[in-house]
Amino acid sequence: MSHGANKAEKIKEISGVNPLRCMKCGKCSATCPAFDEMDIKPHQFVSYVINDDIEALTSSKSLWKCLSCFACIERCPRDVKPGKLIDAARQLVVREKGADYLKADEIPELLDEELPQQLLVSAFRRYRR
Amino acid sequence: MQRIGVFVCHCGSNIAATVDVKKVVEIISKEPGVAHCEDYQYMCSEAGQAKILEAVKEKNLSGIVVCSCSPRMHEGTFRKAAERAGLNPYMVEIANIREHCSWIHKDMEEATEKAVILARAAIAKVNLNAPLFPGESRVTKRALVIGGGIAGIQTALDIADAGYEVDIVEKTPSIGGRMSQLDKTFPTLDCSACILTPKMVEAAAHEKITIYTYSEVDKVSGFVGDFTVDIRKKARSVDMDKCTGCGLCQEKCPSKKTPSEFNRGLNTRSAIYTPFAQAIPNVPVIDRDACIKFKTGKCGLCEKVCQAGAINYDQTDEIVTEKYGAIVVATGFDTIKLDNYDEYAYNQSPDVITSLELERVMNAAGPTKGHLERLSDGKHPEHIVFVQCVGSRCNDNRGKSYCSKICCMYTAKHAMLIRDKYPDVKVTVFYIDVRTPGKNFDEFYRRAVEEYGVNYIKGQVGKVAPQPDGKLLVQASDLLDNKQIKMEADMVVLATAIEPSSSVRKIATMLTASIDTNNFLTESHAKLRPVESPTAGIFLSGVCQGPKDIPETVAQAGAAAVKAIGLLAKDKLLTNPCTAKSDELLCNGCSVCANVCPYGAISYEVIQVNDHGIREERRVARVNNALCQGCGACTVACPSGAMDLQGFSNRQIIAEVDAICR
Repeated sequence: MSHGANKAEKIKEISGVNPLRCMKCGKCSATCPAFDEMDIKPHQFVSYVINDDIEALTSSKSLWKCLSCFACIERCPRDVKPGKLIDAARQLVVREKGADYLKADEIPELLDEELPQQLLVSAFRRYRR
Repeated sequence: MQRIGVFVCHCGSNIAATVDVKKVVEIISKEPGVAHCEDYQYMCSEAGQAKILEAVKEKNLSGIVVCSCSPRMHEGTFRKAAERAGLNPYMVEIANIREHCSWIHKDMEEATEKAVILARAAIAKVNLNAPLFPGESRVTKRALVIGGGIAGIQTALDIADAGYEVDIVEKTPSIGGRMSQLDKTFPTLDCSACILTPKMVEAAAHEKITIYTYSEVDKVSGFVGDFTVDIRKKARSVDMDKCTGCGLCQEKCPSKKTPSEFNRGLNTRSAIYTPFAQAIPNVPVIDRDACIKFKTGKCGLCEKVCQAGAINYDQTDEIVTEKYGAIVVATGFDTIKLDNYDEYAYNQSPDVITSLELERVMNAAGPTKGHLERLSDGKHPEHIVFVQCVGSRCNDNRGKSYCSKICCMYTAKHAMLIRDKYPDVKVTVFYIDVRTPGKNFDEFYRRAVEEYGVNYIKGQVGKVAPQPDGKLLVQASDLLDNKQIKMEADMVVLATAIEPSSSVRKIATMLTASIDTNNFLTESHAKLRPVESPTAGIFLSGVCQGPKDIPETVAQAGAAAVKAIGLLAKDKLLTNPCTAKSDELLCNGCSVCANVCPYGAISYEVIQVNDHGIREERRVARVNNALCQGCGACTVACPSGAMDLQGFSNRQIIAEVDAICR
């Protein structure tokens, strides 16, 4: 098994999603509020996982633009739920040591009076192991 | 000991590719009781059957085992072959080494071993087989059709034209069904009413057809050829013989706020009503839940204005009991409820409608008199968006897993009709796939695109948001352009999934006809017996069996009629001899068997017995062979082991198990 395939399996395992169930209707992308910010669109995530192209996925902007709003998870007619795939890819990144998106010493820089502290705590939880 | 012949079928490569057929023959030839054993490529063929005939004569065989496909497939074939060879047909057993073995195994060694074991079990059973003789039962030369839509009407007409009496039971006040609600029909765009109403009239006028509208099937008993059915004629509160259909009562009725079922709730009807102008019969019913007279005791206006004196508030439900030889189910469909699809704003905006509702909007007799207008403000729309696959092809617990089949075509029809009549209206269709298999179907869809300028976009709609100015904001995918698009629309039409009519579960239970997880009635064989229910004497017509358009429904309705006619044309039916039999010496009269029998086939009688010189009276079970369907429930329930199933006796089953465990 190649390294890439290994990662694709990992994503399927973490997300519990079978990307082959996708019928390519595009409802996920139709419903996504962060669509314009994304380089890889939600409906494309599925084929990246099917094609084992995980590096492209984990280095994409989309990974961190996804709001985890669950609109695509809620509305996917095929139970594929791209949001879960995106979340699993994110998990994959944060589980790799040193690849944390958010590091503890960066937090003071991010502090902003307007920003609720809860958000930082949850972001830290989400983006760091 | 029987002299048994064993025939092992290759089924081309279906069996032979996975089971070492020669080895099975080699091992089975040595089994005790086996006087003959051979293999052949296709046992079901003429040549294969000839081998059975030949072996029976030459080797003086008394029992046959055929190792082949499922008995559902060819048990009958081989029983007939045995009969031609002079054996009792019930001396044949099938070892299913295809469905139960070769098709589900990959390893040849394992599959061969299993095939041998299955053959041994069948041999063990044949050893204990005894000749059985079928009885006869009569055929009532009358058919019942449940449902009065196009499927039921066509089936009834075809059966009646063959000379048999047919009754149609329809739960609504008029026959016509869904087709009567449609405006135009694809792919020829003829007016639905123009082609349906003549058929409705023909059915009503046919001397062999009796129509029970506003009626439901209450109870079914009996079996193929001899069903007894209770039909509940709900109280119409109007005398059908006196009513002239003048319509004055409906005009004068002061209770006019009930949502019209016929117009899908888009407008209202009176409490006394006929669903639509061409209703058959043209006799109204009083909706007692809406009627002021029934609710408060005051009013009675309809009675006052009725010149014919047809109004009868005291009418009660009437039960008609009738006998039938065959029953055809034609219960049709409804669209699914959209309560779980908030993203399409169906419950939020009157301008988001289902396609069936659009049929009523487009229809000259509909709530807008056929004018295309927004239902919220009556304004002429500038842009209409159609959304495909709403609730179809879903496995998310909100919708249906299947393709509803008709939506691609009716959406192309709607889009085309709108563009034709109102060239100023922009039409956009969001699709996942456009499925147009059917004669002249793809050409029809292409015409919508090429000649009528309908804008088809590959992608699903994610949400529909009603705006303060009354417009609808549609957010969708354009997958070919890899874009998310937002557009304003004045109306959104949802191609809503169809599902079997809600009444079908109750009817299927009464008929003991099986239904699938989607409540579609199951056919006996998906390819070879598509209009027959596995329950003998029950036939399927129309969408109750699976999604279909009108031409397919009419074709299937005819096919169901032919099957019913084939049954009614017989004077007598041979009954299955594999029925239960009670040993009166063992029976203790406990009634357990009668309590579990689903067919009411067991009764009790008192007999005189001489038990070791003591004369006494005993109450014992007696099975009515005409009613017994051989399900075996009683044999399991009987505490004293008195009840046994002929052809499947306890001894035979145990012998099979012993052979498998050897």
